Amino acid sequence: MVMNRDDIARLNEDLLRPLFRTSGRFYWAALILALIVIVALAAWGYQLWAGFGVAGLNRPVYWAFYITNFVFWIGISHAGTLISAILRLANARWRRPVTRCAEVITVFALMIGASFPVIHLGRPWLAFWLFPYPSERRIWPNFRSPLVWDFFAITTYLTGSTTFLLLPIIPDWALVRDKAKGWRRKLYSVLALGWRGTPRQWSRLETAMHIMAVAIIPVAVSVHTIVSWDFAMAPVPMRHSTVFGPYFVAGAIFSGIAALILAMAILRKVLHLEDYLTPLHFDNLGKLLLMMSLFWLYFIVAERLTVWYGNETSEMAVYWPTQRGPFAPLYWTMIGCNFLVPFIILSIKQLRTVAGTVVASSTIVVGMWIERFLIIVPPLERKYLPFAWGTYHPRPVEIIITAGTFAAMALLYLLFVKFVPIISIWELKAGVRQESVVPIPASLLRAPDLIESPSPSGLTRGPAGFSREVS
Amino acid sequence: MVVDLDRCTGCEACVVACRAENNVPTAGEDEAARGRVIHWIRVERYWEGEFPNPRVRFRPVLCQQCDAAPCEPVCPTYASYHTPEGLNAQIYNRCIGTRYCGNACPYTVRYFNFFNPVWDKPLHLQLNPDVSIRQVGIMEKCTFCVQRIKAAEIQAKAEKRDLIEGEFTTACAQACPPKALVFGDLNDPQSEVSRLNRSNRATKLLEEVGTRPSVTYLERGTWRGEKT
Repeated sequence: MVMNRDDIARLNEDLLRPLFRTSGRFYWAALILALIVIVALAAWGYQLWAGFGVAGLNRPVYWAFYITNFVFWIGISHAGTLISAILRLANARWRRPVTRCAEVITVFALMIGASFPVIHLGRPWLAFWLFPYPSERRIWPNFRSPLVWDFFAITTYLTGSTTFLLLPIIPDWALVRDKAKGWRRKLYSVLALGWRGTPRQWSRLETAMHIMAVAIIPVAVSVHTIVSWDFAMAPVPMRHSTVFGPYFVAGAIFSGIAALILAMAILRKVLHLEDYLTPLHFDNLGKLLLMMSLFWLYFIVAERLTVWYGNETSEMAVYWPTQRGPFAPLYWTMIGCNFLVPFIILSIKQLRTVAGTVVASSTIVVGMWIERFLIIVPPLERKYLPFAWGTYHPRPVEIIITAGTFAAMALLYLLFVKFVPIISIWELKAGVRQESVVPIPASLLRAPDLIESPSPSGLTRGPAGFSREVS
Repeated sequence: MVVDLDRCTGCEACVVACRAENNVPTAGEDEAARGRVIHWIRVERYWEGEFPNPRVRFRPVLCQQCDAAPCEPVCPTYASYHTPEGLNAQIYNRCIGTRYCGNACPYTVRYFNFFNPVWDKPLHLQLNPDVSIRQVGIMEKCTFCVQRIKAAEIQAKAEKRDLIEGEFTTACAQACPPKALVFGDLNDPQSEVSRLNRSNRATKLLEEVGTRPSVTYLERGTWRGEKT
């Protein structure tokens, strides 16, 4: 199959449209989201001004909504880079339109997640004391503290995933530069970093991408393992468990895929990308989601069954309230959201459609938020000495800030789509030509966009948008 | 420290003495109901049966000054710190308020300042100048009245002598009418606490968690009011 001039023009037109044309709806959406974010920032300001007591935290529940959000967003961040890296290394052909919208989730979710340990601090203006810098206080951070491990894990992951996101954007920014006029041309000339599409540049890009894809996987796994160790290291009943590392990693990938499916469905609808993000992608990601749902069930059974069977007093004090006490409604909602509904929808082929996977993903996102809440709050409410037990109820400040993070995520995504082609254009073109990204003629990215060379014989299927007959 | 539960009457004089000595702020009714009250030592009450025939046990719980304190390694800024003397110190200036130590402590004896400290009048007139007050956003807990220990050490050093037993004690032990609380040096085998520590009634609180607490509880395992 050969791409002709019309195909390339149509591809460029479809995928660059959001950058060049902005509808009124965009401004309205951005305005509303920005207002929600501003209200959330104001709520945080109020908490700083009035004292931490305006949140619902108390003794013994010192961690609750903020840390739930922290774990939730760090979990969501595993959507992108990890999935994208695995799909790249496995050379899954269908990945091409998916990778970038996944990678960008990682970067933004990580930024939002990383802000929560700061929001949650008693004295957030001193958060920089976690940095290892030679200070006048002549004291290092305590390297034995899992929170310091967290700091290093998250900064490493943020740096790595940002690089991983930006590298394959360079050729696309160069394409925008070549298509644009006026201020856009100036902006994208800078952003494209002098990309000319020479074979040497392509080869370097491919090498860099390969290194990053391999390197980012252990980083991603370590990040959520370390997040789990924030909980598992301290001797708190039902938290002090070796299963937490893999349990959190599985849960993170699980919620990450769900978030990715939701983002893809919205993009597909709003930007009219039906030809690029096809039911095939939702079907494949749906299968992955089904597998992760079963993994998640396996972990929760492994965790709960051993605790129940061991029947240790301090742990049962935490266990029963989640099974049939005050937390039972949340617990069983979580089981329904994370297992029952997704399992039914995703294991039936006829239901594994775009709409079906979106429904399953929505319940999973809700269920995984509840899961983190149930890991954090019930064990703290009932630590060893019954006299010191307590209960936790969220208060408006925490709820507003939580809502604000979802708005912040949507807003950042919205703005990103305005500046970056959300589907990697050069990778789509390369996918049509052949599976390897290496020898792509520079002409592909420069006017006139035209590929004259015959396609390699091995090619069987390009992205769905190009499966139509080409004369 | 040794706490003799068979002597404790649950009068809470220790709680009041501690508040006065250590400038512990008052929370007020509403905040106390929300679980924001601070008391470095608390008297836990456990009971069986209902009025008029309850059987009660009291247990004063304060920071156990653990040798293997779970709160220490988790603190990212070394605010929770083990002194060379073996005290589990809280360095207020270093604390940034992650509250991780409060989660890790199995005794739930670490307290967070949800607001800047306030005192009901006229308590604000009796603040102890030897103890710093704590601002919003940081953790605090029992220090074993470290200001009294330090004062006695400085005095002894000035007089070029060793510390004498009974020269100083904590505010709670000083105030305890039935002398259920006894404070002293466990490293000195001749001291009162060492003698009590060897009692066959001696137990440690939550020893199974592996914290190696410095506080010993003496109890025969009887309820208050029962004849033994």
